[in-house]
Amino acid sequence: MRNPQLNAAGELQHLLTLEELPAQIIDRILDTAVPFVSIAERDVKKVPLLRGKTVFNLFFENSTRTRTTFEIAAKRLSADVINLNIGVSSTTKGETLLDTIDNLVAMNADMFIVRHGQSGAPHLIAQHLSATRHTHIHVVNAGDGRHGHPTQGLLDLFTIRHYKHDFRRLTVAIVGDVLHSRVARSLIHGLTTLGTPEVRVIGPQTLLPTAVESLGVRVFHDMHDGLAGCDVVVMLRLQSERMKGSLLPSAGEFFKNYGLTVAKLKLAKPDAIVMHPGPMNRGVEIDSAVADGQHSVILPQVTFGIAVRMAVMSILAGN
Amino acid sequence: MKIEISNGRVVDPKQGIDRVATVYIAAGKVAALGAAPAGWHANRVIDATGLVVCPGLIDASARLREPGFEYKATLESEVAAAIAGGVTRLACPPDTDPPLDEPGLVEMLKHRARLLNQAHVYPIGALTVGLKGDTITEMGELMEAGCIAFSHGDAALVDTQVMLRALQYAATFGYRVWLRPQDVHLARGGVAHDGEVATRLGLPAIPACAETIALETIFELVRATGVQVHLARLSTHEGVARVRAAKKAGLPITCDVAIHHVHLCDVDIGWFNAHCHLVPPLRGVRDRAALRAGLADGTIDLICSDHTPVDDDAKQLPFAESEPGATGLELLLPLTLKWAHEDGLPLATALARITSEPARVLGLNAGHLGTGADADVCVFDPDLRWVVAPAALKSQGKNTPFLGLELAGKVRYTLVGGQVVHEA
Repeated sequence: MRNPQLNAAGELQHLLTLEELPAQIIDRILDTAVPFVSIAERDVKKVPLLRGKTVFNLFFENSTRTRTTFEIAAKRLSADVINLNIGVSSTTKGETLLDTIDNLVAMNADMFIVRHGQSGAPHLIAQHLSATRHTHIHVVNAGDGRHGHPTQGLLDLFTIRHYKHDFRRLTVAIVGDVLHSRVARSLIHGLTTLGTPEVRVIGPQTLLPTAVESLGVRVFHDMHDGLAGCDVVVMLRLQSERMKGSLLPSAGEFFKNYGLTVAKLKLAKPDAIVMHPGPMNRGVEIDSAVADGQHSVILPQVTFGIAVRMAVMSILAGN
Repeated sequence: MKIEISNGRVVDPKQGIDRVATVYIAAGKVAALGAAPAGWHANRVIDATGLVVCPGLIDASARLREPGFEYKATLESEVAAAIAGGVTRLACPPDTDPPLDEPGLVEMLKHRARLLNQAHVYPIGALTVGLKGDTITEMGELMEAGCIAFSHGDAALVDTQVMLRALQYAATFGYRVWLRPQDVHLARGGVAHDGEVATRLGLPAIPACAETIALETIFELVRATGVQVHLARLSTHEGVARVRAAKKAGLPITCDVAIHHVHLCDVDIGWFNAHCHLVPPLRGVRDRAALRAGLADGTIDLICSDHTPVDDDAKQLPFAESEPGATGLELLLPLTLKWAHEDGLPLATALARITSEPARVLGLNAGHLGTGADADVCVFDPDLRWVVAPAALKSQGKNTPFLGLELAGKVRYTLVGGQVVHEA
């Protein structure tokens, strides 16, 4: 089956997932993002690439950070941005998801940035746009269920490339709740596509999905073994509702086993970088001394995130 | 009315017949096969040259959606689909709204089906009131009203004590119970097989052990009560192995598989294709191979369509929110033929799984063309290819993972009780 996010010419029509996204397209997005980083440092932080275009931030699940960064990115590209926080699932809402989309299409939308609690919702929207012959409208997945968060994955790749340059020499560890993490899935796909020789996931069995090795990762249950020799350590957010229950006994025990401390970080390479998609739970998955320490690139990730989203939107608008 | 179906390839698995012959039908019954009865004069001759003539298909699970879900499908639309698919008898599970838990509902369904005078409809009664899992139903009354067995559909039966008592009660009177083996807790929230595909797509998953744990529970309860249990919709490799062993040990069990699971696996979900959202979930390639092996060696007694018409709106949702199920009455025959073709099985072996075997499990004197049997007959062209498309389906449910696929095998005539109820 052809990846639904590419058009017949193999160009990016939508950004739905990093799985099967060709390395050339990923490279192009990352390359395009480089000059956008410096735009943010100018007095006038705008370019006219999306002037006259209307971008809908369609958030069926609450998010402040991702929505804000998309909004800033679109505005810096001179687009008109409309924020819709629908905030409830399409089944409990009177109007169906696709009815909502049809209405916004009638308002001449050019791009949908979609965050949804259900895996596959952006694919459904993209397929619907294709079936209704609105092929000029682009969909960007801003996080769907546990499935994907491709712009987060891309900004993680951008950050790693910025500090480490060559993916083909790296060992990257992703730590924590991989089971529920769309961030982890997207990053794993991106890293393997770009030739990263060793991608590790570290966590207890309850937080690692079945057959996760099939994604091309090595599984570690012990933090000490898993961190040894790593160039990049990516800590995942642990949702508060998962800290106590049948997945984990307590946040404290999780921190003891899988929280990143200065001492544990010493097991990684001396120049290792520490990343986190945010928002962080200090003292649960990461110690403040690490989060604010010299290895941390967590705040640069946020800055790069805007540039990467600008790159994605400008490339989509050009296709 | 005397009908003669001449020169077709008559395949009757129960009688071990597979030869070109003429079937003679009189007074709603099979009058003879081969040589015409004395003084025979047909009112109608159906030329079946080049066609297969077999017993009307018996579908052990088809949801007709009445009462309660008439916006998804009606008795009229689904019975029309049945006869278009060559299905002359079908059993329908109790998960309607309200569920089939009282005699009036069952009588109404039987009555409405009789008025249509097409396929025979056999309701399966609810095992507990409202399928809520706490109070057993008036099984005797329901049997009198026309139920042929009792089941819990896909509803959760959490309390094993209730399950034990329901099985004891059914065993007392010799009623059959149909159970879908799935541990309620392990299946909670899951929509896909716990494997590589669900991991990749980030879909909440149901592990294979949800089936084996439930199977072992059922086996123990069967041992304790002696009840005859039919296991509905087997889906896993390990499940097939457990059923094989249990049958070998002499447990009074039978089991089925849905036709979709004979052909599809989790990989077919592709990029969140909601048509592949089924219950139980499509499992792995290895599981599918085991289901086929189980069918071939008789561990799995029969294939059903598990026909579940779903309206478009309920499928046009993100995968996990979409309503599970697929339409199947009109695909049961061609997909069974496809399986036989792919696995190199004799036609009679394949047709047994959708004629004589379901008749045996449902306890019906049907599914064969023996002299004196009700003349329920399916006449089909095994080579006629057609493309599965919404317009090609009589069912109100157009939801099928096979949309766009070309299949071989098209029903030309369906007879129920000696009447031609469908021809195409």
